[in-house]
This record gives sequence, C-alpha cells and structure tokens, in this order.
Amino acid sequence: MGNPNVGKSVVFSRLTGANVIASNYPGTTVDYAKGKMRIADEVVEIIDAPGTYSLEPTNKAEEVASDMLNEADIIINVVDATNLERNLYLTLQLLERHIPMVIALNLSDEACHLGITVDSQKLQTILDIPVTNTCALTGEGIKALVDSLANAQVNEDVKQTSREGRWIEIGSIIEKVEQIQHRHHTFRDRFEDMTIRPSTGIPLAVGIIVLAFWFVRMIGELLISYLFDPLFEILYKPLIEQLSSALGPGFIHILLIGEYGSEILFDQSLGMLTTGLYVPLAMVLPYIIAFYFILSILEDTGYMPRLATLVDNLFHKLGMHGHGIIPLFLGLGCNVPGALSTRTLETRKQRFISATLLAIAVPCMAQTAMVFGVLGPYGVFYLGLVFLVLSILYIFMGLLLNKFVKGSSPEIFMEVPPYRRPSFQAILKKTWMRIRWFIREAIPFLFLGVLIINILYYIGILQLIGVVLSPFMEVLFGLPGEASTSLVIGFLRKDLAVGMLIPLGMTPLQLVIAVTMLTIYFPCVATFSVLLRELGIKDMIRSTLIMISVAVTVGFLLRLVFFGLPV
Amino acid sequence: MNSQTTSLANLPIRTNARIIEIQGGHGIQQKLEVMGIRVGKRITLISKQPFRGPLTIKVCNTLMTIGRGMAQRIIVEVVS
Repeated sequence: MGNPNVGKSVVFSRLTGANVIASNYPGTTVDYAKGKMRIADEVVEIIDAPGTYSLEPTNKAEEVASDMLNEADIIINVVDATNLERNLYLTLQLLERHIPMVIALNLSDEACHLGITVDSQKLQTILDIPVTNTCALTGEGIKALVDSLANAQVNEDVKQTSREGRWIEIGSIIEKVEQIQHRHHTFRDRFEDMTIRPSTGIPLAVGIIVLAFWFVRMIGELLISYLFDPLFEILYKPLIEQLSSALGPGFIHILLIGEYGSEILFDQSLGMLTTGLYVPLAMVLPYIIAFYFILSILEDTGYMPRLATLVDNLFHKLGMHGHGIIPLFLGLGCNVPGALSTRTLETRKQRFISATLLAIAVPCMAQTAMVFGVLGPYGVFYLGLVFLVLSILYIFMGLLLNKFVKGSSPEIFMEVPPYRRPSFQAILKKTWMRIRWFIREAIPFLFLGVLIINILYYIGILQLIGVVLSPFMEVLFGLPGEASTSLVIGFLRKDLAVGMLIPLGMTPLQLVIAVTMLTIYFPCVATFSVLLRELGIKDMIRSTLIMISVAVTVGFLLRLVFFGLPV
Repeated sequence: MNSQTTSLANLPIRTNARIIEIQGGHGIQQKLEVMGIRVGKRITLISKQPFRGPLTIKVCNTLMTIGRGMAQRIIVEVVS
C-alpha cells in the first residue's frame, strides 16, 4: 500500500519478479497485480494495491485499495521519503486498522538530493513497527525489507482519530525525524519548470513528440529490414512454396496461400498463411514494438503528466481533460490498448467521447502503415491531407460531442511526479505487456478476418455486395464501384481493405477519400469487441452510428471539395 | 480581503504564498487535504496554462496540476 508515484510497483516487481507495470499516470494499477514470493520456506501471495492518498476513497482505484485491506495478513506500506508528511497520513490510517505492518522508506536517495534527511531509526521507534530504507530502482534495501516482514507488528497504541488529530500527530513526528537543508536550484528543477510553462513547454512538447515518432519510425524500419523481412523471405518462403506445390490448385490453396500458380507475394497474395501472417507480424508488429518502447520511456520518466497539463485546456473543450491524451497516444500504436485505457477517465461522458474519437479519428499503426503504402508514392501532400482531415475531425467531433453528450467532465487534478531515471527492466516489462495485448487480442481477429474474407470471396458474396453498393460509391463519394468491396472488407480487416484499393487504378484524390473513410467508419473487430466491453451495448450502438454517419458525411464532403457536385 | 489575500487563480507566477482558506464542501476539502493542500501550507505557483487552463503548483516538494475552478476556491496570502 502507498500513495501513487512512490515506487510501489517497482518494490513489488523487486519482491516478486512478476509482470507488472510501473507507471507515472494515475490509474495504471487499477487492475491490481498479484504475485507470489518466497519467505524462508513459505510461499506467500503479495498484492500490489492501487495507489491511494487515504482510506477515505475518492475514486474507484482507491476504493479497491481500501477493500483489499480486509484480506491482508501483513501490510507493506511504501512511503516516499521526499514527501513524508503527505505519505504519513495514509500510514497513520493504516496503523489504526491494527494489521501487522512494515514500512519501506523508498526514494531515500532522491530525498537526499533534495536536501531532505529522514531518520528511519527514529521513525521506527516512534511508530513502533519496522522501517527499512529502500531504493527500489537499484534494489537496495529490498532484502532487508523482506527480512523485516518477520517482525511485522501492530502498534496497539494507535487509536482511531479525526483528520485534525492525524495532522497534529504527523506534525510532531515530522519535527522529530525530518531535517531539511536549503539547497540551490538544480538543472533538473529548471528543466521541470521549462517543460510545464506554456511558453517553453509547448515548443518542447512538439519537439519531443516529433523526435519520439522519428525514433519509432527508425526502430520500426530497422526491425523490418534486418529481422522480420529476412525471417519471412529466407526461412518462411521456401516452406510456403513447398506447401503450395504439395496442395495443388483448389479452395484450400486459395484459403491458405492465395491464387495458385502466381508468384507468392506476402503483402498481396491474401492467403491466411501468407498475407494473413505477414501483415500483422512483419509490417505492423515491428512498429508496435518500437512505439510502445518509446511511449513507455516517456511515461516512466514522468513526462506524460506534464504533457497532460499542457494539453488539458484543449482536451477540456473536447469534453475530456488532459488525461485524454493517453488513449489517443496508446491508440496510435494499436487501438486495443487505447480503448482499454479510456477507463482511466473518471466519468461516462469522458469515456464515451474518448472512445468514439479514438475509433473515428485515430489510425493505429496498421492503418498508418497502409496509408503510407497506398499514398506514399504520390507524395507527402496526399498523406498530409489524410492526417489533416483526421485531426480536424478529432477536434470538431470532440467539440460537438462535448455539447451533446450528457454528463459532467470534471477538472484535472493530479500529481506531477518529478523526472526520474526510468528502470530499464520496468520499461521492457511494460512494452512486453502491451505487445502481448496486441498479439493476444488483435492478431487472432486479424487471422480470422482473412479466413472470413477468403470464404466470402470464394462463395461470391463479396462481389454481390460490391455490385449492390457500387452506384452509391460513384454518386456519393466519386469512387469506382469496385471500391465498395474494399469498404465492406474494411469491417473485418482495415489493412487489407486499404491494400485492395491499389489495383483499382484510382487517382490520388480518390484514394484520399477512400482511405479516410476506411479509417473513420468502423474500428477493427478487435477494438470493437474491447469497446463493447468498456462502453456497454447501448453506448456502443450510439458510438457506431456516429462513426458510420461521420464516415459517410466526410466522404461526401471531401468529394464535394475535390470534384464538385455529382452529376 | 486585503491586498495580500487573493485566490490561488489570481496569484502571479513564481510567487510564494500560504493557504489561509479552502472554500467548498467536505469532499473537496478532504480531496485536497490528503494531497497536501491544506490551510497553513506554503504553496508556490509554478505555471498557468493560457486561456483559463490549469495551474501547476508546488506544495511540499510535489508538483500538482489543478483546474482553474478549484484554484479559485483556494484563498492564499502572499508571503515574501
């Protein structure tokens, strides 16, 4: 147990070695982590409770934390030595519960930098429970902490008291154990101020984001050309070629590999074992890995709350607050974790807006890669056009939804933790956790998508739908009739749908319309199922109707702008 | 209100102040209190975002971002 941002998760992962995330923005540990640990010869279960400032819960996460206490045999209270006063409030409340307890006085090295010294011996005497100095980042003191668990005890002298009573008690404790020396401003202080003041913070934020995406692209491309492509071309292709000649022509061949006899192209053959595997694994996964690696670094250094502060004003007008940038950022990697993170927002209104905007205007890596593939050859102008339309749409729809969606959108109120050197281990674990989301939740759907498309295509249903819809395509959106097939496929596989536009010989402007509509009108099936869980059926139907009508409207408007009125 | 007392929202940037009153119900008081924002505490205004955006303050070594509305309910006196 402990306040948010005191390094609880890092202590936890030191104790267990389990897969947990250590993060700076509130809400990440609402889905609490559980792990096993060995003390002497016993295996005990250890729970990483969500961060909380007190046992009088003000939100869901704190409620969870408070409830967990009822089942605890021993409490490990992680206390931030740089902010003893605030942390002790929770400590006193915990002591009042009379559950055996130990304290891990964490971040003592950081306190030292700030000129704060805490006498842990004295604190131990006053509170009458074991207190251990720890530095979870380096692992210092963790062993002593484990040893202290054997001496965990209840301080019977602590009685239930009022808020005022606790603060008075804390005041007297602080006076005895804490010494503060005056200290000059360091470079870190100045940098902290610079990144949060609008005049310097906004240009820095733009710089950091541009740099971050440049790194994502570079890492992604390196992974593709030196790892994933060689794997597929050198190791995997011969296998598929053998399989192809063993199977011979027929339905199974089309299903698994693609058209018989033509050369196997991983990005165009449309078989389950060719394109079905290649697109998610070799074209999208590398960027996902790169993206979440960089994002985890930004989070664990403590930059995200500053970014949330800078963009809070804009996001407040869109019916959310600064935290709204988190689903947006995560969604740029893969919409699935983006959709999951909407639950860190407080109210239904905020979650609904954030999820709907995510599905409409935030292209995931798969879509982005495809958009680049299709429009890239025509130059930056057309690429820019697609992303410009999407950005305008994000803001415009946000303003609109904020007006019409009922509910409240509370103001931002959050702690901005100091910049910290992130733990490399924690970053790798977090990146891996998110990649696992993509592999587990998204890839099976992607695979299934190709299967269904191939079957529908084989039976001829897709062609039929295409014929029925094609007149609308031409009149409403200025697109060739065949493009309708691709839009239908987009319900199952956006990436493939974009790919299918290539052979239609459309002009760049037509491609812009088609690609933009594909991005807007429906999230991929994986995201859809997550959103359904997060929002519930009613809100999901509303959200879906909004998406489809926005797609049709935008398609039509773009057509008007590009080609004038339909004749 | 004399010239030395003002709401946190009206405090100039980089000014040190002391909290003398928090207006609002029990819920708000408590929410702020457990984050270290309570009567008698020293507070420094670090930055204000433009167009009535949120404020960033420093209370006992911790930076916090807080909405304009809430800041208006925190009454402070300037200390030199």
